[in-house]
Amino acid sequence: MTVIASQDIASTFQNIRDHALSRWQELWDGSKPIIMVSAATCGRSAGALEVLEAVKDELSRGQQDVQVMEVGCMGHCYAEPLVIIKKPGNPTVVYGYITPEKARRLVKDYIQGEDISPEFALGALEENELIPSIYDLPRFKHEKYILLENIGRIDPEDIDQYIAKGGYEALANALQMQPEDIIEEVRKSGLRGRGGAGFSTAQKWEVCRSSPGKIKYLICNADEGDPGAFMDRAILESDPHSVIEGMLIAAYTIGARHGYIYVRAEYPLAVHRAEIALEQAEGLGLLGKNILGSSFSFDIKPFQGSGAFVCGEETALIASLEGKPGLPHHRPPFPATSGLNGKPTVINNVKTLAYVPPIIRNGADWFASIGTEKSKGTAVFALAGKVVNTGLTEVPMGTTLRQIIFDVGGGIPKGRRFKAVQIGGPSGGCLPESALDMPIDFDSLKEVGAMMGSGGMVVLDEDDCMVEVARYFLEFTQRESCGKCTMCRLGTRQMLSMLEDFTCGRGQMQDLETLKELAEDVRIGSLCGLGRTSPNPVLTTMRYFRDEYKAHIEEKRCPALMCHDLIAYYILPEKCERSCDACVGTCTVEAISSNKQRVKVIDQAKCVKCGTCLTACPLQYNAVIKLSPPDKVPAAKG
Amino acid sequence: MPDTSTEPPVSNAKIVNTPEEQEDNRRRTRKVLKKFNRKRENLVPVLQQVQDELGYLPREAMLEVAEYLKVPEVDVYGVVTFYNQFRLKPPGKHSIRVCLGTACHMKGGYILLDAWKRRLGVDRGETTADREYDLDTVACVGCCAMAPVNVIDKKAEGRVSPTRVDGILLAFKMEKEKKAKEKPD
Ligand SMILES: Cc1cc2nc3c(=O)[nH]c(=O)nc-3n(C[C@H](O)[C@H](O)[C@H](O)COP(=O)(O)O)c2cc1C
Ligand code: FES
Repeated sequence: MTVIASQDIASTFQNIRDHALSRWQELWDGSKPIIMVSAATCGRSAGALEVLEAVKDELSRGQQDVQVMEVGCMGHCYAEPLVIIKKPGNPTVVYGYITPEKARRLVKDYIQGEDISPEFALGALEENELIPSIYDLPRFKHEKYILLENIGRIDPEDIDQYIAKGGYEALANALQMQPEDIIEEVRKSGLRGRGGAGFSTAQKWEVCRSSPGKIKYLICNADEGDPGAFMDRAILESDPHSVIEGMLIAAYTIGARHGYIYVRAEYPLAVHRAEIALEQAEGLGLLGKNILGSSFSFDIKPFQGSGAFVCGEETALIASLEGKPGLPHHRPPFPATSGLNGKPTVINNVKTLAYVPPIIRNGADWFASIGTEKSKGTAVFALAGKVVNTGLTEVPMGTTLRQIIFDVGGGIPKGRRFKAVQIGGPSGGCLPESALDMPIDFDSLKEVGAMMGSGGMVVLDEDDCMVEVARYFLEFTQRESCGKCTMCRLGTRQMLSMLEDFTCGRGQMQDLETLKELAEDVRIGSLCGLGRTSPNPVLTTMRYFRDEYKAHIEEKRCPALMCHDLIAYYILPEKCERSCDACVGTCTVEAISSNKQRVKVIDQAKCVKCGTCLTACPLQYNAVIKLSPPDKVPAAKG
Repeated sequence: MPDTSTEPPVSNAKIVNTPEEQEDNRRRTRKVLKKFNRKRENLVPVLQQVQDELGYLPREAMLEVAEYLKVPEVDVYGVVTFYNQFRLKPPGKHSIRVCLGTACHMKGGYILLDAWKRRLGVDRGETTADREYDLDTVACVGCCAMAPVNVIDKKAEGRVSPTRVDGILLAFKMEKEKKAKEKPD
């Protein structure tokens, strides 16, 4: 592709940007207050749409002209629903844990009145005298936003806001560069794929570009099948244009004319936002024929994955795009030489592609200056599980787990003790406290038996059983195994049945050895990454938490009091308040009754171990406990 | 965690549509098919839209699709049974999805699933005999931060407790009774 009218591209883009900037200035520096409601999937599940309704309703009673905007996920999912208010003359403030009632109060007190309501504020986005800056929170010492920069700050359904924040400038620049130079720039940046394996992006592009053939494809992998990760969803929902711009630059570089965004059907909002974004980009001539007046043409179709984990694997993904069951095939040939319809195809993860525009905009050296020697840039993690600040975070590669979990994540809730962190989902591993000070990047994680994988990070505390965690992941991979190769289909089945035996108290000590051998065989003998990495959760838990396995096998005891078959609920007679009926009323199966002294007793035969009584028992009595093994429950009297 | 599920539910009996129902399903399937050209790569999107229209993929719809796309019938069935998204049985009026992603599982998603199974008397992947509810699991809907999550009629609800299960069911029942009162027939 030869670049012809460089100055035309520049001036066409300049017009688009001028328009976007003037709209943004009108909005942001205008006299209208702005109320932004964070309404991505996570916010919505916490009630963001109800908050939005309340805001609109309350405003409709007043006379004021206020701009209400739906924005994406800011990453502070723990405090959802979030509302950001910018009132001219005042600092922009982020409010957390907003209910419809609080939202109404904010409108009345702050929009219509003058009370900035510091009691609901998480922090201000600018330095000021009234409200502490959100950047004073300890997490911002470690965080560095590249991909999350715009997230929750712009309306994902308005392309002009993305452009006003510098969007599509990289595309305009790239279209004036030679594809080889772009590959060189990406190589210098050190960008490695964020889909899991950390493969060099420049190298992948190079191979595809130099593969013979006129027709080439680019696919954005937004399958995000790891059952504990949600970064790709958040990025697509909150800043879809960053991904589209990355796709455009990648397509121009490798010479692709058609592209796909492969999104899970479980992410309806992400699909919807991507569709809107594609339409708007096309409307401005940033997508479709002769982009920005150049000779480069590219179109993107969204494609909904139908809920099979294995379809995140690139060859299986291609099979499913072709209308077949998502079965992977042996590599080589790699998709970069023979992919979709047998044509050279690049598949990149959402995040990999979203890094491309900032790299082109700010230069390779800027990106390469962040991170560790072999892993450049930042890593985005989805923090979930037993951690105070659940949500998204972005930190430079090389940040330690301790900094992420304790400084960014705020540590473990309810004063419990940290036990392990599960990284990388079903392909990753469980790391214990001793690994907390390790700087994490692609390679260090592999050394300790885990994997960057998708970037899901689930924190586990002393109430989480590590044998159960291993069983859970294996059940997942076993169910999702496509069945094509024997080791994965049958090997994981056998491994799972051994782990089930452990969690039910039927295990034998020699099973541990067999399990380890089998895990090794499955690792070597499986066709694709699903099988090859499936033993990781098992092997890491066996390596770091062997004592727990032993307790399950030798004593039929679950030290974390989690495994259903190895625990029982019991009400301590001496602690039971007697006149209180809290547990009796909430028991979902009517298994609790009063004895003659009005002490509450659980009928063990009826009890389904749902734990409701334990939550219901007032804290000052704390009479309900769990026991393991279950035969520790004293025989009932009278 | 081992299954503590209940008896096999009545609704699992083989569902045979009447000739009229079948014809109707075929007609609606053809309506969807008109939007697509006859390329095999359209198979998955076609099936998704047919399922959106009918709620599930009955035999007659799959046959229509096979004929239209010129794909062997067995391949259509193979694709339908491979992907978790496709259903071979009619859905209930309300869909209950329990998230069993990592975060939700660790925060008690499996206990919620148990509670639903107990209350509805069906296992995952099944519909109650009165076709009011269908129960299934999903692997992470992307709001792990709010774990445990249930998706009730496509709306994600966070921090669900086993007692909330009864609350949700009660709300549906009351809604139904209210409707029955408004429209007595
Ligand atoms: C079982 C399995 C599941 C995968 N799931 C995903 C996924 O959900 N998203 C993703 O980007 N890559 C996934 N991958 C990795 C892809 O095969 C591929 O390496 C990746 O999309 C390449 O993108 P990158 O070069 O940008 O990392 C998965 C791999 C395997 C083996
Ligand atoms: S694990 Fe349930 S929403 Fe992610």
